Amino acid sequence: IVCWQDVEESLRMKLSLTKVVNGCRLGKIKNLGKTRDHTMDIPGCLLYTKTGSAPHLTHHTLRNIHGVPAMAQLTLSSLAEQHEVLTEYKEGVGKFIGMPESLLYCSLHDPVSPCPAGYVTNKSVSVWSVAGRMEMTVSKFMAIQQALQPDWFQCLSDGEVSCKEAASIKRVRKSVDRSLLFLDNCLRLQEESEVLQKSVIIGVIEGGDVMEERLRSARETAKRPVGGFLLDGFQGNPTTLETRLCLLSSVTAELPEDKPRLISGIGRPDEVLKCIERGVDLFESFFPYQVTERGGALTFSFDYQLNPEEILLQQNGTQEEIKCVDQIKKMEITGCNQEITSFEINLKEKMYQEDFNPLVRGCSCYCCKNHTRAYIHHLLVTNELLAGVLLMMHNFEHYFGFFHSIREALKNDKLAQLKELIHRQAS
Amino acid sequence: MAGVATQASLESAPRIMRLVAECSRSRARAGELRLPHGTVATPVFMPVGTQATMKGITTEQLDALGCRICLGNTYHLGLRPGPELIQKANGLHGFMNWPHNLLTDSGGFQMVSLVSLSEVTEEGVRFRSPYDGSETLLSPEKSVQIQNALGSDIIMQLDDVVSSTVTGPRVEEAMYRSIRWLDRCIAAHQQPDKQNLFAIIQGGLDADLRATCLEEMTKRDVPGFAIGGLSGGESKSQFWRMVALSTSRLPKDKPRYLMGVGYATDLVVCVALGCDMFDCVFPTRTARFGSALVPTGNLQLRRKVFEKDFGPINPECTCPTCQKHSRAFLHALLHSDNTAALHHLTVHNIAYQLQLMSAVRTSIVEKRFPDFVRDFMGTMYGDPTLCPTWATDALASVGITLG
Repeated sequence: IVCWQDVEESLRMKLSLTKVVNGCRLGKIKNLGKTRDHTMDIPGCLLYTKTGSAPHLTHHTLRNIHGVPAMAQLTLSSLAEQHEVLTEYKEGVGKFIGMPESLLYCSLHDPVSPCPAGYVTNKSVSVWSVAGRMEMTVSKFMAIQQALQPDWFQCLSDGEVSCKEAASIKRVRKSVDRSLLFLDNCLRLQEESEVLQKSVIIGVIEGGDVMEERLRSARETAKRPVGGFLLDGFQGNPTTLETRLCLLSSVTAELPEDKPRLISGIGRPDEVLKCIERGVDLFESFFPYQVTERGGALTFSFDYQLNPEEILLQQNGTQEEIKCVDQIKKMEITGCNQEITSFEINLKEKMYQEDFNPLVRGCSCYCCKNHTRAYIHHLLVTNELLAGVLLMMHNFEHYFGFFHSIREALKNDKLAQLKELIHRQAS
Repeated sequence: MAGVATQASLESAPRIMRLVAECSRSRARAGELRLPHGTVATPVFMPVGTQATMKGITTEQLDALGCRICLGNTYHLGLRPGPELIQKANGLHGFMNWPHNLLTDSGGFQMVSLVSLSEVTEEGVRFRSPYDGSETLLSPEKSVQIQNALGSDIIMQLDDVVSSTVTGPRVEEAMYRSIRWLDRCIAAHQQPDKQNLFAIIQGGLDADLRATCLEEMTKRDVPGFAIGGLSGGESKSQFWRMVALSTSRLPKDKPRYLMGVGYATDLVVCVALGCDMFDCVFPTRTARFGSALVPTGNLQLRRKVFEKDFGPINPECTCPTCQKHSRAFLHALLHSDNTAALHHLTVHNIAYQLQLMSAVRTSIVEKRFPDFVRDFMGTMYGDPTLCPTWATDALASVGITLG
């Protein structure tokens, strides 16, 4: 039998809350990383990567972005097949991918790619990569984490109920049981490995849409010496989140205050705010990537200091125009199953052909300081690779700026204004 | 500007090239091009950014690599986004935000590469657009007009290009027509003080035709000459002889631009033959296929052999890719769907070409170019004597012996 308290004490990472406003937690996580000297602000987000690299970006172009988060998200689905390579490399995935200075969190799946259901058993979970399916038992999973050496990693868990339409209560119960069993086994293996002890395990809260199971998952996971919690299974479309928000509040109420709460699959600005109000601390940044892939640029305002007229000016007064065009164009977007949101403009639109304004007036990102909407439009029309590079730079910077504004709003007691501003822009 | 050159106009022709050093054995020269957007050291390799972009790398990255001149394609840009829009955007420099020099070709090469969509007459080239089927006539006047709108620092005459594998009367026809089109371009050029119009020597693989073309075109008052109609399907043996013939008849005090070259060996040999400027899609294109250029040839990084190779592409390379990343990581990234892999290689391959040209230039200035050539061939082929025959012959013709 393991003494949980001893293990807990050995985790020196520390979350301190500056204040809590309307359920929103403002604070810092200190003593992070192997060197114990990194800090992260909450609420915040993680840098989204694909196969260990920000999408479309090299070190040079990533470095151009202001406000890049201290922690990057790696996905096991993209890196599991590097197991052998990393084992031989010995120095960990951070160095391998050329991000030795960054904090790293390894999630199981890629939030962008939906996981096909039917591949979790009592003994294993499958992840999906470009190369195909990889089945992972607890020991294989921990062996891979040992080779990766991330700062945090999501524990092996059964998150399949969120992929299914209407999971039976029996299936939901199983997702909680399995995830707890995986967690206990992973913790046990961690104890036997000096290398693994340098990484922090993030416990996963499952339970589908069944309140009783959600609470059970939260309470039981909280008993284990995990470094933080991942709230899994809340992703979906805007309607599904609405119905799950009440579950979310109940879950976070069961979790200790001094450990971070991550959520997967939530990216829209309005949804982010709703989750923060319900005790969530950390988010992924796959949303700006999705916007980039459909040729979009984030333009929503988070400058709650400006009055509405100034905001309109900043967006060149095209918000109304955009709404009309977008209604019509929604179905015409090829190659993506995500609908265009009202937080962005679609640079493929002909109306941008001769628009020599930056994507967002006043934006200090590399793209807005150096290029015009007309140029981005041209790059998209001619299928040039640079379109993705420039849009990614803008979209990441814009999104990180949004999180910064949340923290500022909380600090200055202006959350209500920011909330109102964001919800006004949600369609 | 007068169409036919006179003694007076020859003397007043703009001199944009300043020679800094010449190899005492071969015809290699080191120089400086003074262009509206700054000085360019020669010999120079110019990366090709066809549609107002250097394939996934930003203008800041390109500048950081030391690039001071690159290419845009008139045919492509003329169709999308079109010269009017680019003019509104403050020219191609403004549109793509490139602070250094730009060279645009005339659109003529597309005649060869897109031959099924084109028809050549004395008037010009009639193109059918692959995008909407509409027809455009690209005449010498129209080509210059578009390039005037683009505002590039060096513009190319519209030439009647035939594939180097074509023989017979068509080659002669094209050569004479190119001379007439050169005169029409000169006449149509609205901005000779802002944009340098280069002539393009044609004549295919026929020494007499080429000699005639050289004689005629060098009578014209242009700031520079390109050697065209090569770097197609011809044999390397024919290729180098035409290059050597051309450089032997081109004025020393004007730049010689060899179009469509290319591979490292070709660059080194053609510098020896007296060329100053080069362009080629190869380095940037091959990067997007996972191939990294190195002094010994290339590394196809997608291959399994690099899976656990934890060294950089080239430990001697100073590019950001080699400073930060291993072959193993690039291998993994190339097998993912993250485009960053392509950009890493594009950066490296451009750096390779620019570093090569820089090393060539330094060796000319330091009066050790022949030794440089021997070292280069030794590294590339294992031994200088294992260098391809055509290259050995070409170098020998200008006094450089290998091994």
